[in-house]
Amino acid sequence: MIMKWFKNELLVEFFEDKMAVIGLVIFALLGILALAPSIFTYQNPYDLTQLFLENSFQAPNPNFILGTDEQGRDIYSAMLYGLRISLYVGLASTILSVIIGYTLGLISGYYGGWVDTIIMRIADIQLSFPAILIALIIMALWGEGVGKIIIAITVVNWVYYARTARGVVLSEKEKDYAQSARALGMSNFGIIFGEILPNTTAPIIVIATVRIANAIILEATLSFLGLGVPITEPSLGSLIANGYQVLFSGYWWASVFPGVLLMVLIISINLIGDRMRDIMNPRLKR
Amino acid sequence: MALLEVNNLKTHFFTRSGVVKSVDGISFAIEKGEILGIVGESGAGKSITGFSILKLIDEPGKIVEGEILFDGVDLVQQDEKHMQRIRGNKISMIFQDPQTSLNPVITIGEQMMEAILYHHENVSRKEAFASCVEILKLVGLPAAHERMKSYPHQLSGGMKQRVVIAMALLNNPKLLIADEPTTALDVTIQAQILYLMKKLSRDFGSSLILITHDIAVVSQLCDKIAVMYAGRIVEYGSKEEIIFDPKHPYTKGLIECLPKLNDDKERLYQIPGIMPTLLNLPQGCYFKDRCELADSECDVYPEEQQLGERRVFCHKVK
Amino acid sequence: MMFKYILNRLFHSAIVMFVISFVVFFIMFKAGDPVQLLLPPDATQQDVIEMRHALGIDQSFIKQYQAFLVNVSKGNLGNSFVYGQPALNVVFERLPATLELSVIAMIVSILLGVPLGIIASIRPRAWYSRAIMFLSLAGISIPVFWTGMVLVLFFSVMTGWLPSSGRGEIYLFTSAFTWDGFKHLIMPVLTLSFFQLALILRLTRTGMMEVLMQDYIKLAVAKGVPRKVVVYYHALKNSLIPLITVIGIQFGQLVAFTIVTETIFAWPGTGKLIIDSIQNLDRPIVVAYLLVISFIFVAINFIVDVLYTFIDPRVRV
Repeated sequence: MIMKWFKNELLVEFFEDKMAVIGLVIFALLGILALAPSIFTYQNPYDLTQLFLENSFQAPNPNFILGTDEQGRDIYSAMLYGLRISLYVGLASTILSVIIGYTLGLISGYYGGWVDTIIMRIADIQLSFPAILIALIIMALWGEGVGKIIIAITVVNWVYYARTARGVVLSEKEKDYAQSARALGMSNFGIIFGEILPNTTAPIIVIATVRIANAIILEATLSFLGLGVPITEPSLGSLIANGYQVLFSGYWWASVFPGVLLMVLIISINLIGDRMRDIMNPRLKR
Repeated sequence: MALLEVNNLKTHFFTRSGVVKSVDGISFAIEKGEILGIVGESGAGKSITGFSILKLIDEPGKIVEGEILFDGVDLVQQDEKHMQRIRGNKISMIFQDPQTSLNPVITIGEQMMEAILYHHENVSRKEAFASCVEILKLVGLPAAHERMKSYPHQLSGGMKQRVVIAMALLNNPKLLIADEPTTALDVTIQAQILYLMKKLSRDFGSSLILITHDIAVVSQLCDKIAVMYAGRIVEYGSKEEIIFDPKHPYTKGLIECLPKLNDDKERLYQIPGIMPTLLNLPQGCYFKDRCELADSECDVYPEEQQLGERRVFCHKVK
Repeated sequence: MMFKYILNRLFHSAIVMFVISFVVFFIMFKAGDPVQLLLPPDATQQDVIEMRHALGIDQSFIKQYQAFLVNVSKGNLGNSFVYGQPALNVVFERLPATLELSVIAMIVSILLGVPLGIIASIRPRAWYSRAIMFLSLAGISIPVFWTGMVLVLFFSVMTGWLPSSGRGEIYLFTSAFTWDGFKHLIMPVLTLSFFQLALILRLTRTGMMEVLMQDYIKLAVAKGVPRKVVVYYHALKNSLIPLITVIGIQFGQLVAFTIVTETIFAWPGTGKLIIDSIQNLDRPIVVAYLLVISFIFVAINFIVDVLYTFIDPRVRV
C-alpha cells in the first residue's frame, strides 16, 4: 500500500512532461512490436526458405519497404526481429543485475564487516575498468550466444545497483524506524525486506532506467564488433554491422534503418529515465 | 520619515498546485536604530517577508502588490542593478543555518572581502582585508587574522554565525535582516549571538529586523513586535504592549505557551490545531478554527483596530 | 599527512594491479590451448609435447603463474603469434595513436560540454535549455559506432569530403597539426567525443542545478555579488569538483571506446589491435594489451584520487 500512494503522486508529475510521455508511448509501441514481430512483418528473415537471392540489394521499394540486404532479407522484418533480441537482452540483463546487485548491496550494507569489505573491494576493482572491456573479454573467451551476453552484461552492471543499495541501506539503517523495528525484536531478514527495502526502491528505479539504455547500447556495440549475439539471432547491433560492410558500396539502407530504430528505442528509454530521475531526485526539490 | 516602510506587501508563489499566498498584505515600519521582531510559526510568511525586502524572491514567486519604501525609494519598482547596490551594503541579511550559509570551497577571507570590493571600487584588497579582520575581532572571533584563510568547515557553528554577522556588518548597513539567526545553534551559544547582534546594531546605528518563531527571544531584544499568522500580521505594537498586554487570541496563546518557572502546571500549554495551509485559506479570520472566542462574526476577515500605537486584527477586541 | 595518503593510495593501486594481473592470467590460462594455432595441422604428438614444453604450459597452474609474474616484472610478455615481435613493444607502438585520439576527444568534450551544461542549468525551463538537453539526450542514446557510421556515410561515402580511414601525417608527435592529419582526425574525434560531451554536459547541468539551490548561493546574492559572478565563480567552483572525478574516470572509458572507433576508422591504435588480436587468437598481445590498459586506468584513478584532495578544501588531509 506504501507503493500505491508512492506511485500515484509520482505518476502525476511524470505525465506533466510531454517529452516523457512521448518516450513512454514510443517505448510501449516498440514493446508491442517486439513481443510478436511475426504479426507485423511479412517475412521471417531467418527462415531460409523465404529468402531469394534475386531480391538482394534492393533499395526501399513497395515490395520491401526498407530494402533488402545481401541475402535478400527484408530489412524491415529483420529489424523487428532484431528489436526483439535487443530488448530481450537489455531487459533480461538489467533484471538479473538488479536482483543480484541489489541483494548483494543490501547484505553488504546491512551486515557490514568483512562481507561488506570483500564485496565492495570487488566492486571497486571492477569499476576501475570500463564496462566494455570487461564484457569484451568475457565474450571473446566464451564465444557468442544470447545467454552468454546476458550474463556478460549482468556481470558488468551489478556493481551499480550494489553500490546504490548499500548506500541507501547504510543511511536507512540508522534511521529511527529501523532502530525501533529492531527494538521491537524484528528479525534481521524482516527488517531488511519489510522496512528498509520499500525505501530503497526509488534510487534503484532511477538507476535501472539509465542502465537499461546502457545495457542495450553495450549489447549493440559488442554485436557490432562481432562478439555479441550469434548470426542466427541477430540483434539490431549485428544488423548494423552486417550493413556496414556494404555501406561503402552505397547500400546504406541495410545499416541505417536498424540504426535509426536502435536510436529511437534508446532515446525513448532515456526520455522516461530522465523524467523519473528529475522527479525522484530529492536534492532538486524545493 | 521611517527608514523602512512596508505597505500592503503581497508575495505569492504560483505553483502547479495553486497560488500560495505566503505574504498577503502586511504593513509595518521601522525607524532608524529600532529593533523590530517578526514572530510566527513556521510557514507564517516571516522569512518570505525578509526575502521580499531584498527582492530575493525566485520563481515561481513574485511580489504582486505593495510598496517597500527604503529611505523614501520604493524597492519594488527598482531593477536588479539597483538592488545589487543595496544588498550587502545598505541592507544586509543574516541567514538561518550557518552550516549552509557559507560557500564551502572559498575561504572566509575571500567571501568577506567580496562584500566590500563589490560595493566600493576604490578600496584595495589590503584595505579590505584589514577591515574584515577588524570586524571579525568585533564579533568576537578568536585568531581573526588567521581565520581569514580558513575554510568554513574548519569553524564551529557558532563561529560561522559570527562570520555571517560580521559579513553583514562590513559595509555599515542601515538595516539588518536576521532570519532565525540562532535557531540552528546550541542553546548556550544562542544567547551570546543574540546579545552580540543587539549590541552591534546599537553600536553601528543599524536597524534590525529579527525574524523568529521564538517569542521569548523577541521579548528580550526587540523594541517593536509584529505577530504574523498565515501570511498576515495579526497584531503589531511595542514590545511592552504585546508581551504584557496581548490582545489578539493568537498572541495570547503564544505567550501562554512559554513555560514559567513559578508555575505549577502539569502540562505545557499548546494552542490546539495547526495553521491552515496557504493554498486553501479559510473564509474570514484565519485563526478562527483554533480560537476559543470565535463565532459567526469571525466569518468575515477582521478589520484593523487601532489601540493607541498598536494595531490588532480581531473582532473580539474593542 | 598528505604523504601518508599518497602512499596509501599507491599501495591500494598496486594491490589492484596485482589482482588484475591474476585475473588476466587466469583468464588466459582457461582460454584454451594456443598450441593448436601455432603448429601446422600435420604436427605429430611429439611436436605438440615439445611445443608445450617450450611454451611452459605443461607445468602446474602455480608454476605458470610464478613464471608469468617473473616475466612481467622483466617486461617480457612473450612474442606476438602474429607479429613475431615482443607483444609489449607492439602495444606500445600503437599506444600514441590511441592516446592522441582519446586526449583530443576528451578536450573537445570538456570545452563544449561544460559551458553548455552551465547554460542549461541557469534557466532550466527556457527553450534553449530544453533544446540543449534534448540534444544531449540524443548524445547519450546513440552508440559510438552509430555516430561513426553516420559520419562516414555522410562525409565519406556520400560527399567524399573526408577520408574514412587511417591516420594522417604526423608532426610533433601528433597528427593534429597537419592538414592531412587533421582531416583524418575530425571524424574519429567527433565520434568519440559526441557521447562524452553529452555526458559531461548533463553532469555539469545537474551539478550546477543542485548547487544553485544552496543557501550560500542565496547569501552571495544577498551580499550584493553580481549574479554572473555568483554563477560562474561561486556555483561553478562547487560543481566542478565532483566533475573532475568523473572526467578522470570517463577518460578510462574513453580509451575503451576507442576500440569501437578505431575499428570503424581503421585507426592504427591499440583498439584495433585488440580486436584483431582477439580474432587472430594472438594471446600474448591480448595479455599485453590488458595489462597496459589496466595500468593506465589504475594510474588515472590514482591521480584523480590525489588530485581531489588538492582541489576540495573539505577533504584536504
